[in-house]
Amino acid sequence: MAQTVSKERKIIVTVIAWSIGIALFFPIFWTILTSFKTEAEAIASPPSLFFFDWTTENYAEVQSRSNYFGHFMNSVVISLGSTLLGLLIAIPAAWAMAFSPTPRTKDVLMWMLSTKMLPPVGVLVPMYLIFRSVGLLDTRIGLVLVLTLINLPIIVWMLYTYFKEIPGEILEASRMDGASLMKEIIYVLTPMAVPGIASTLLLNIILAWNEAFWTLNLTASKAAPLTAFIASYSSPEGLFYAKLSAASTMAIAPILILGWFSQKQLVRGLTFGAVK
Amino acid sequence: MATLHTRAAARLMMAPSVLLLLAWMIIPLSLTIYFSFLRYNLLMPGMEEWAGFTNYSFFLTDPAFFQALFNTLAIVVGVLCITVFGGIALALLLDQPMYGQGIVRILVIAPFLIMPTVAALVWKNMFMNPVNGLFAWVAKAVGLQPYDFLSNSPLLSIIVIVAWQWLPFATLILLTALQSLDEDQKEAAQMDGASAWSRFIYITLPHLSRAITVVILIQTIFLLSVFAEILVTTNGGPGTQSTNITYLVYAQALLQFDVGGASAGGIVAVILANIVAFFLIRMIGKNLEA
Amino acid sequence: MTLKIFMLGTCAAALLSGLAQAETLTIATVNNGDMIRMQKLTDDFTAKNPDIQLEWVTLEENILRQRVTTDIATKGGQYDVMTVGSYEVPIWAKQGWLLPLDNLGADYDAADLVPAVSSGLSQDGKLYAAPFYAESSMIMYRKDLFEKAGLTMPEAPNWDFIADAARKITDKSNEVYGICLRGKAGWGENMAFLTATANAFGARWFDEKWQPQFDQPEWKNALSFYVNLMKDAGPPGASSNGFNENLALFQTGKCGMWIDATVAASFVTNPKESTVPDKVGFALAPDAGLGKRGNWLWSWNLAIPAGTKKAEAAEKFVSWATSKAYLELVASKEGWANVPPGTRTSLYNNAEYQKAAPFAKMTLDSINAADPKNPSTKPVPYVGVQFVAIPEFQGLGTAVGQQFSAALAGQTTVDQALASAQQLSVREMTKAGYIK
Repeated sequence: MAQTVSKERKIIVTVIAWSIGIALFFPIFWTILTSFKTEAEAIASPPSLFFFDWTTENYAEVQSRSNYFGHFMNSVVISLGSTLLGLLIAIPAAWAMAFSPTPRTKDVLMWMLSTKMLPPVGVLVPMYLIFRSVGLLDTRIGLVLVLTLINLPIIVWMLYTYFKEIPGEILEASRMDGASLMKEIIYVLTPMAVPGIASTLLLNIILAWNEAFWTLNLTASKAAPLTAFIASYSSPEGLFYAKLSAASTMAIAPILILGWFSQKQLVRGLTFGAVK
Repeated sequence: MATLHTRAAARLMMAPSVLLLLAWMIIPLSLTIYFSFLRYNLLMPGMEEWAGFTNYSFFLTDPAFFQALFNTLAIVVGVLCITVFGGIALALLLDQPMYGQGIVRILVIAPFLIMPTVAALVWKNMFMNPVNGLFAWVAKAVGLQPYDFLSNSPLLSIIVIVAWQWLPFATLILLTALQSLDEDQKEAAQMDGASAWSRFIYITLPHLSRAITVVILIQTIFLLSVFAEILVTTNGGPGTQSTNITYLVYAQALLQFDVGGASAGGIVAVILANIVAFFLIRMIGKNLEA
Repeated sequence: MTLKIFMLGTCAAALLSGLAQAETLTIATVNNGDMIRMQKLTDDFTAKNPDIQLEWVTLEENILRQRVTTDIATKGGQYDVMTVGSYEVPIWAKQGWLLPLDNLGADYDAADLVPAVSSGLSQDGKLYAAPFYAESSMIMYRKDLFEKAGLTMPEAPNWDFIADAARKITDKSNEVYGICLRGKAGWGENMAFLTATANAFGARWFDEKWQPQFDQPEWKNALSFYVNLMKDAGPPGASSNGFNENLALFQTGKCGMWIDATVAASFVTNPKESTVPDKVGFALAPDAGLGKRGNWLWSWNLAIPAGTKKAEAAEKFVSWATSKAYLELVASKEGWANVPPGTRTSLYNNAEYQKAAPFAKMTLDSINAADPKNPSTKPVPYVGVQFVAIPEFQGLGTAVGQQFSAALAGQTTVDQALASAQQLSVREMTKAGYIK
């Protein structure tokens, strides 16, 4: 940071960056704003920016029509559950790949990623039949399992690239001390890997929260998350911009807030080994 | 370093992940392959019979097939172009000193956190709608005819919506990479009188190559199966102008309930995805070598 | 700690519900106004049946159809009551997927159901689904705009008059479009309208040997008439407008005419939602001088899948939701204009309803004018006015709908769209074994 920057330049950069940031955020801002308008105002021309009668009736309407809290809880359980289960399975695998690499490690990694290329809709009927015969339809457990498997390759990869950055000498040193393998993981590796794990955790919660194919097709009511909640608003009758905006805001608000509060952690690990 | 002991342990530790993914791949895949050779419509139970390659020949001769193939690639390439170039530009910008950097970053990251369904619904209804949408109002305000995005340029509209969601992801990865760039090196180059452009070409860009590779690889995986955005906005139309392979398979599976045909389509899609993956890894894989 | 409490709570809840012997019915419904109104009124049902609890799955029409079909065809058993369209009922009943409704209770009065509707839901004299509401299609028009243009809408207009009026009313600079019609691709969207309209032009989907007929002049007449009319007098972006989009346009005063489902009448005349509630007139769907009117027949029905273990409770619910008493319940809470229309003859004899719903007579006339067995002027091998009741129709109708939607958007010509439609219909019908 030896370079000093002229004030003019800093102001210009600020203006450009803010303009782009606001432009990218605008659709979300507009949705949130519209959710507080009446239906008539939502399509008024010219559109009103702030000077309208703020109302929360859309939220009341959405709440009276659907059990938001139930869907919300399902989303929390499913995204958190699948991420934690995924981490549990992926951490040992990523550790092994990072510290005992074999010539085939990269192939295994690429193969894992390639399982994500299977278009889900092609295997919907087989999956539905399997789920029905083992009684997992419309259960949180079923969705946790599916989402774990879907995101496992990404989890393994993210962790692997992160673990690789940890210098091997530290592990060697602890091994000299006679620390056993488990202890090595618990006391030496884990603390160093926490930022990477946190970042992986966050990214996968986001991916699981927004997954809208399996969560919609393998649930009915008991395990249906917010993706199913929004599916009942995708084209209701009559004027619906304000109600749609309210439902959308409710569906995205939790993850938006989580993402914002933890963006530092999220960004730090979001390198996939791209940074040396 | 890798003793026999640790190598055995390593295998053991990888086993759950590998076995689970293997099962996840093999079980549905083998069922799908089996179904793809059957004449099997969900709406006509009890009529299943061996069909040989009929399902495959019908899927591959579908009048929409080549259009769908083209659209699939167009979405991947189009979104990648926007997000990679836009991401580099945005990352360079965000790397500069400015006021309120944290807030700008929060604004930029937001689209990535949005459910694809919600994003598509919002864009379609509140922005691109030619009567009540905001773009239509802007066009009218400056005296232009509102442009009907989703009927006249359906594929481009979808590319824009998807790119809007993925631009933050690319930007963040590139920005993190940019911030790890050695300042001394840049400064030394500046001392030597290198222009900003040549510093970018010879120092920054090579440094970013790994990050760009990662962005391309991860996004391709997700972009090959773009679906919710198409379903919500255009239903693959008008005609089949915004139908991609995933959507074509969807139409077989959930509109016609033709399990045999959809399975054949699914297998074709898997093969195509693997071809793409093969070229992708050959082209950029060496960048990932540690 | 919290987890423990949570688990305990769950156990207690499970125990309690076990003691009370409550049965929970999972009901899949479509997200339209009448169904949502029913959800809000279910306290009446649970008060009368304290041992039955209701769990709702409300979905957009297409998603609902996919989910319910996948479930019933694989015997997934996720739902106890399903909302099923009149297209699926005969197909599913034939497969034995639906339970016959023969225990609807003494005061149900099945004979009161509108015959045109209930006959499509019955097989061998047994009712397989109970109609919740039924609709036909008709013209809704703006009386004020017609007056301004010096036009009078006849009660039974023909297409030439409609086209002429639409062009006269159109004032694009003020965002008034003469006519709003469906253009969004889908067998239940633009194809519902276009198939019904094509019937009036003498066109049909298939001849008696299941040979697709898109290469015939009647289809060309119908489709070019529609595309030209929409080009001159339709709103921009018509190719992505379905029922809901057009409803929003009409409610905001941007359409001179709208030909669509009769249920829309109560929305466009509702002062809470519409900006033009007192300016709307109604007329029968137009004809083309060939003796057929292009009005369809559709009903949303409640049915019980054969796999359910709670058939008795489910039938109680179906009976409640489609009874005369339910209509009175809605009337007492929300007014007569808001009761689900089209299912019961007694409703149309009710003086209070006739007074509250200016569209009542037109609705019943339209429903009775639809003839699913003889939809076109020429003989057909299928049943259905705006659809063809064969399992392949959903996929085929949507694929053809995409071609027609592209023609409306100007992406292809009418001739190209019809040629593609013919080609893919022949393909599908050959694959499905209809064309030998």
